Parts: sequence; C-alpha cells; structure tokens
Amino acid sequence: MAQHIAHPHRDDLASKIGMWLFIFTEMLLFAGLFLVYSVYRYRNPQAFHLAAEELDTFIGTVNTIILLISSMTAAMSITAIQRGHKKQTLIFLGITLFLACVFLVNKYFEWGAKFSHGLYPGSEYLAELGHGDVLFFGLYFFMTGLHALHIVVGLVILAVIFFRVRNENVHQTNYVLLENGALYWHLVDLIWIFLFPLFYLVT
Amino acid sequence: MVAMHDREYTSFYEEKGRFKGLFAWIFSTDHKRIGLLYLYSIMVFFIIGVILGLLMKLELIAPGRTLYGAQAYNSLFTVHGVIMIFLIIIPGLPATFGNFLLPLQIGAEDVAFPRINLLSWWIYVFGALLVIISLFTGGGAPDTGWTFYAPYSFKTSTNMLPAVLGAFTLGFSSILTGLNFIVTIHRMRAPGMSWLRMPLFPWTLYGTGWIQLLATPVVGITLLMVAAERVLNIGFFDPALGGDPILYQHLFWIYSHPAVYIMILPAMGAISEIIPTFAKKTIFGYRAIVLSTLAIAFVGYFVWGHHMFTSGMSGTALYTFSILTFLVAIPSAIKVFNWVSTMHQGSINPEIPFYWAASFIFVFMIGGLTGLVLGSLATNVHVHDTHFVVAHFHYVMFGGVGFAFFGAIHYWFPKMFGRMYNFNWARVGWLIFFIGFNTLYGPMFYVGIKGMPRRYYDYLEGFTGPNVISSIGAMVLVLGLLIILGNLIYSARRGPEAEANPWGGSTLEWTVPSPPPLLNFDKVPEVTTGPYVYK
Amino acid sequence: MDNKDHHIVPYKTYIIILSTLVVLTLISVAVTSIELGALTVTIALVLASLKSVLVLIYFMHLKFDQKIFAIMVTGIILLIIIVIVITFLDYFFR
Repeated sequence: MAQHIAHPHRDDLASKIGMWLFIFTEMLLFAGLFLVYSVYRYRNPQAFHLAAEELDTFIGTVNTIILLISSMTAAMSITAIQRGHKKQTLIFLGITLFLACVFLVNKYFEWGAKFSHGLYPGSEYLAELGHGDVLFFGLYFFMTGLHALHIVVGLVILAVIFFRVRNENVHQTNYVLLENGALYWHLVDLIWIFLFPLFYLVT
Repeated sequence: MVAMHDREYTSFYEEKGRFKGLFAWIFSTDHKRIGLLYLYSIMVFFIIGVILGLLMKLELIAPGRTLYGAQAYNSLFTVHGVIMIFLIIIPGLPATFGNFLLPLQIGAEDVAFPRINLLSWWIYVFGALLVIISLFTGGGAPDTGWTFYAPYSFKTSTNMLPAVLGAFTLGFSSILTGLNFIVTIHRMRAPGMSWLRMPLFPWTLYGTGWIQLLATPVVGITLLMVAAERVLNIGFFDPALGGDPILYQHLFWIYSHPAVYIMILPAMGAISEIIPTFAKKTIFGYRAIVLSTLAIAFVGYFVWGHHMFTSGMSGTALYTFSILTFLVAIPSAIKVFNWVSTMHQGSINPEIPFYWAASFIFVFMIGGLTGLVLGSLATNVHVHDTHFVVAHFHYVMFGGVGFAFFGAIHYWFPKMFGRMYNFNWARVGWLIFFIGFNTLYGPMFYVGIKGMPRRYYDYLEGFTGPNVISSIGAMVLVLGLLIILGNLIYSARRGPEAEANPWGGSTLEWTVPSPPPLLNFDKVPEVTTGPYVYK
Repeated sequence: MDNKDHHIVPYKTYIIILSTLVVLTLISVAVTSIELGALTVTIALVLASLKSVLVLIYFMHLKFDQKIFAIMVTGIILLIIIVIVITFLDYFFR
C-alpha cells in the first residue's frame, strides 16, 4: 500500500469556530445565573433595590471602564500583529494584563470591605437582614466571584500568548491564538457589562 | 465505490507510535483508539450500574425488607441513576461510535481537535471515578436520587460532593466532545460531501453536539450552586433563606431534558444507518429525517417543565409545557414512519443488526407513546413518581438507546475489530435480552398505574405478583447481556477475520479495510452522491 | 482551505467604540440614579445590551468575519431569552 504521510493540518477557521463554541458554553453558564438573578429580583424587588445601595457605585463604574479599556487594547493587539508590529502587540497585551490586575485588586478591596461588615455567604448578619438580602449577596458573591475566576484564567491565557508573541510563535501570518485569546477576554468584559448594572445600578 | 481491500496494509492497531503498550492507548490522539477507550470504560461502568440495578430488583422481589432497608435502597437508586445517565447513556453512542465513525463517514482523517478529544476521555475517567468514589467514602453513598433535588441535596449527610463534582466534571467531557464534532462536521467533510449528502448518523451527532454544548453548562452551574449550598450555606434554593426549590428543578431540567435528546438522537442516527443497509434500499425521506433531527434538538430545549407538573408551577407554565411536549413528539414519530417506509418493499437481510433495529422501533414506540401519557397534564398527576415513569424512561433510554447501541455494535463490530462474531450466539443473546427486557419493565406500567410509587424499597402486598415477574425479568435480561457481551468480547480477539464490507453498506466507512489504517483513507475520497445508494 | 477575512481594523475605530462604551456607561449610571421605579431595570438592561452589541460587532469582529459567527451568536442569544421567558411563564403567573 502507498505510504500515506499525514499532511500538517492548519485550519484557522476551525480554530476560531471552536473558540466561539467554547464562548457559547460560557454564555450559557452565566445565563443560568442571570436566570436565578431575574427570578429572585422579580420576587424580592424592594430588598434587591435596597441591598444594591450597599455596593459602591464608584468602584463599580471604575472597574467597568477599566475592563472596557482592556477590551479595546486586546482588540488593538490584533491590529498590531496583523500589521507585523511585534512591539506594539506586546504593549497592548501588556496594558490589557495590567488593567486586569487592577480590576482584581479593586475587587479584593471591595470584597474585603463587605467581609469586614459581616456580609458574606452563610453569615449570621446576612441571615438576619432577611431573605432578599441573602439572595442578593449570595448572587453577588457567586457571580462576581465566578467572573473574577474567569479574569484570572484570562490573565493566564493572555500571559501565555504574550510570551508566544515574544518568541514569535505567534506572528503576522499565524495569529489565530491571539485572536482566540482576545475573544475570551471580550467575553469576560461582556459578562461584566451585564453584572455591573444588575448589581450596582438598579437601586 | 470500490472497496479497497488489500491485506498488505497496517491497521491502526498495528501502527507504531511514540508510546508502547497501555500508553499507546491512553496517550493516543487517534479517534479510533479514543472511541475504543470510551467503549471499554463505558462497558466497565455499565456493569457496575447493572449490578446496582439488579440489587434493587432483588430487594423488590418481595414486599417488606428483603435484603436491606430504605437507606441502602435510596443510595442504590441514586448511584444507579447517576452512573447510567452521566457515565453511560449521555457519553454512550457519541463517545464510542461517534468518535470511531464520524471521521470515517465524512471522509476525514480524524476529528478537528484530536488532542482535545483525548482530553475529553481523560476528563470522563476522572469524573467517573469521582462518582464511583462517592459510593464508598464519607457519610455514605448519596441518597437524593440522580436528580439531586434541593433542599434535600444540601441537607443530607451523605456524600454529595464527590457525586455532584463528578457529574460537573463529566459535563466538561460532554461539552468538549460536542464542540469537537460540530467543528469536524463543519470543516472536514470530504470534497463533494455537501451537508445534504452527509449520512444520517453524522447529522445526529451534529444536532447532539449543539445540545451537549449549550445545555450542559446550565447543569454545570446548577451543580456548582448545590456545592455552594453545601459548603457555604449560600441560600439559592433553601426556603429558609428565601430560595425556591422549584427554581432548582427548573435549572436542573433545563439541561436534563435536552440531555435525553443527547441520548436518543445518535441512537436514532445509528438506526438510520442500519435499516437502509439491511433493506438494501435508500432511506425514505432523507430530508425529513434531517429536519426532524434539527427540530428535536431545537424544540427539546423548551419542554423541560413536563418533569415538574406536580411541583407547583403556574397554570400557564403547565399547559405551555404540555403543548410543547406533544409538539416535540412529532418529529420522532416522523422518523419512525420513515424507518418503516424504508423497510417497505426493501430486500430485507435478516441479520442481527436488523433484529436490533427492528426491536428498537418496537420498544421505542412503547416508550414514546407512554411519554404522551406523561405529557398530558391530567394523567401525569396520576402516574407521576410511580413505576409508570420508571417503565417509560427505561423503555426509551434502555430500550431506545440500549437497543440502538447493541445494534450499532453488531453492525460496526467488523469494521472496528476486523473480526466477525458468532451469529447464532448473537441471536440467542438478542432473544433472551428482548424477553428479559419486556418482562422486567412491562409490569412496571401496570403497577405504576395501580399506584406503586417509585424510589421506595417497599410496596403494598397487592403489588407482589408483577414485582416478582419484573425481578425475574431482570435476571433473564442479565443472562441475555452476558451472552451478548461474551460473544462480542470473545470474537473481538478470536473471531474469524472480517472483510471491508460484510453487510454491503453504502457509506464511506465500508470502503476502507476492516480495521481501518491509521489515517483512514489512502486518498481523500471524492463524493458524488448522497448516502444509501443501492443497485 | 479558505482563509478568514484579513480585514485590519484601524486603531481609530476601536477608540471611537471605546468612547461610545464609556459614554453609555456614564449615561446608565446617571439615569439609574433617578427614581424611575420598574423602568430603571429596563433602561439599564437596554443600555447594557447596546454596549454588548458594540463589543460583539467591533471588538469581537463579528462585523468583519464570516456571517456564520453572527448567525450563531444571534441564535444563542435568542435561545437564552426564550428559556428565561418560559421560566417566567411559571413565576409571573403563580
């Protein structure tokens, strides 16, 4: 029988479709939580309204803008690599990574403040505040916590890509990895775009 | 298409790669080996699940405490359900036959992401072991039922976390398999194979892939919330903290209903492959079957509430779900009609895969029709949580998916192992299994209507007769299983060598040697017609 | 194998989109601080949806890539909305 050599198989479109499909799973994951939020908000409108006032709108807004900027720089890194500008690509990626860290630091302080006031899942203080508050803060910690976890994952992914760009593994004619990493980052931004108003703004 | 059969070739078994022995298998990215890895692991876990089921039937052979009491029985039906559903039927056909056959049927070398494919299997094994471990550790095996209903699932002192996290892990395996298959089908069909020239089994893998992708995350997040309840006392589904247990049910069934279509669609796909081959006639209504597949996948997302008719939902929800449930039955019925029409005036080759396909139609119809009884609000109230439900879902899941699985293994066995099994033992096994199956589950419809509840280790004296019959049926079924599996396992190593196309099949997998070489096709196939073309 | 669109999006486009996003964010903060009752949630969600559409179309390149992606994304969003609506057929009418 004829020798059959496996030809190296590169299909950028397949990679991209795969990444989008993965993004769909994340959308559905958070959709489940948004469903829970909607139901409990519907059933506890006053309590949710009042509980939301506990959250610091200023930090929330700052964090939102931070994430939006980081989304822009992630998108810009693709333009840079398409133009073959390795240094600019790295700068944009670096800014994205930096902003992600700032977001997490803000989150850390936000949560810390809540914990020090006795507001955390399962706390007695929370239980005493009533059902609406328990549900609001349960959802708040769970959803922003899960989101923060995704930020950490995104950080790792983009950091890996950063080094691949530096090693020129990812370059002007082979950058689907960067595109996919950026897509993931935009997803993280998208989730926050909805989290922000639902927890901070509907007071 | 001329079969390329020349014994002077290297089958994928003989291919020497980087690794040796066991590692050549568990580190292989070859879709054929991964499919077999799934087959072997699923068979092992299936045997555990069968043993648990058998232990249940032994308890139910007489009223009162027969072998053990309520707690043990509750754990038995819980772990039996978790294993059968999450470890066996959901991965079932896609992970085994999907992996082995999909690239072959579309003329490709492998799937789109072979390394992710291997990762899927590793995740599967890890998740399965977590579930098995829950049987033995901590506060005792889970006793909530496979449905993990709140609030009991976070109040029970039994070992819920391994079971819940095991199911969560298995979800990832399912998602990645679905993702892989969707991309494979979009991007790797051979030249000339347009969407409407693709065989029906890949079509069902496509529909199934979307359900795996989109529905599984919902149960994933739900299980995480249950874990958060247990660990953090977070309050999502705890009425004492303001949560709504019915919301848990909504979230759970938003996945678990589409999950049954993950189970049955590939099964239907396998039947759509077998019948044309054994009727030597092209499938009746190819497009209708394609559309039905997509319709089932789509409408199947919107009927989950029929598992919750007695839970306390609003009237509006009740009749909306009931109507949608009746609607989703229609495409399934269309498929049955088309299969039977394919057989009509065909030239039937009555070999064992055909026996399984024909008996599939019989048991699936019983399961499907009894589903209508359950989908109808008034009758549902009467039979909900009785053995009627148990009978219904075993007829569709074990009857439907199980029979299709056995049909598929007997159909594709020569291709996968390069050997043929003994036909006489296969027929005997089939007959005994068929008799055992109906004896086991048939009486459950009767006692269910008469009021015997499910998930109880005891029952009223008057139900004894049918329960004895049912439990004897279980033993007959297991005997049939042993014969079938014994025949297949023996023949995989010692059966006579099989040719490339022993059944006269018309799809691409039959054009390569049995078993196939590593990269499947010598030359990329050029497809000029649709499938199921016979002279 | 066909290759995806090599369309290069200029930096300026991204900056314009970001500015729009920031403006929309500030508007939503301002609007929701006014007492509008039940309308508040609706407005907040509408603005959030607008922002996400911009992110999807421009940052995530849906506008510049093959149509299949936009079709899939639309489908997913519809699916999520339908599931939420059907769930509310229970809660709204209890």
